[in-house]
Amino acid sequence: MKLTYKQGLKDGIPIAAGYFAVSFAFGVSVVSHGLPWFVATVMSFTNLTSAGQFAGAGIIIAMGSVFEILLTQVVINARYFLMSITLSQRLDEKVTLLDRFLISYGVTDEIFGVAVSKKELVSKEYMYGLILLPVIFWTLGTLTGALAGGLLPEIVLNSLSIALYAMFIAIVVPAGMSNKKVFIVVGISIALSCLFYFTPVLNTVSSGIAYIICALVASVIGAIFFPIKEEREPEQEQRGEQNG
Amino acid sequence: MDNLLYSFLMVLAMAVVTYLIRLIPMILFKKKIKNQFINSLLYYIPYAVLSAMTFPFIIFSSGNILSASIGTAVALLCAFKKRSLVTTALVASVSVLIVELLLLVI
Repeated sequence: MKLTYKQGLKDGIPIAAGYFAVSFAFGVSVVSHGLPWFVATVMSFTNLTSAGQFAGAGIIIAMGSVFEILLTQVVINARYFLMSITLSQRLDEKVTLLDRFLISYGVTDEIFGVAVSKKELVSKEYMYGLILLPVIFWTLGTLTGALAGGLLPEIVLNSLSIALYAMFIAIVVPAGMSNKKVFIVVGISIALSCLFYFTPVLNTVSSGIAYIICALVASVIGAIFFPIKEEREPEQEQRGEQNG
Repeated sequence: MDNLLYSFLMVLAMAVVTYLIRLIPMILFKKKIKNQFINSLLYYIPYAVLSAMTFPFIIFSSGNILSASIGTAVALLCAFKKRSLVTTALVASVSVLIVELLLLVI
């Protein structure tokens, strides 16, 4: 299979479809909590990340500090650092420095997963094709959800508000099934998160900071007691939207 | 308009830091990280973050603990059956909707 621009576009279609649905729910949810529709749309276009945006929108709605939002994004999006390192070595020799500046923008869990699953090195044309539709539909989904949200009855809005959480579960559980240690780390993280939510005093800590503490403590425990042997690609679990 | 300016500046801050996280390794790192601790940490963090963001908040997501708990159970079931992200999200939402509708009728 030749990794052309057209092939990239084609591989991007199922990702784009999934992104549209998820970012629609994102748009509905954040606008119902008071974020202006165009802020939500600009956020989707410029950030291209689900969990990061979800946490970020929460902080903005709560009028949090810039320090909090930066710290939250660094922790939540740290995984892209690892993905970019891996993808960096999977690009063919025709990829220039300028191309790398552009391709970096499109590193997401799913795009990374598809690109590194190719046997041969990937071309810049393929990467541009692969990134284009997911970006468009991620942005359009947020815009549509943000605008349509106001038209939907409350009962539908309430139901949609579980969508992103359900998606997070669908990311975590398969990873835990292929590596049980993930469930231990996740269990610690959830226990800490509940502690922050239900305990007086601790529940005054802002949500962004609480996520970071829970995730870092749980992950450090994981890294110390259950280190990942040899190099494995953490994000390679192919959870492609297309297999639904 | 101060609120709006604040929102945009925050979005900009998010976008810049997220882009840098993606960009820096792409232009600087030609070799893999060998440190096992760092690799393990980066491996676990996304799952730990996502689960801390999900629990306990998912239970209160629909504004009704009963419908949200059923939705959570359905989402877990779908995830253990390895359904896709979108399928899981849709099925969970629809089950919350059904419970909410039933509660209206009862």
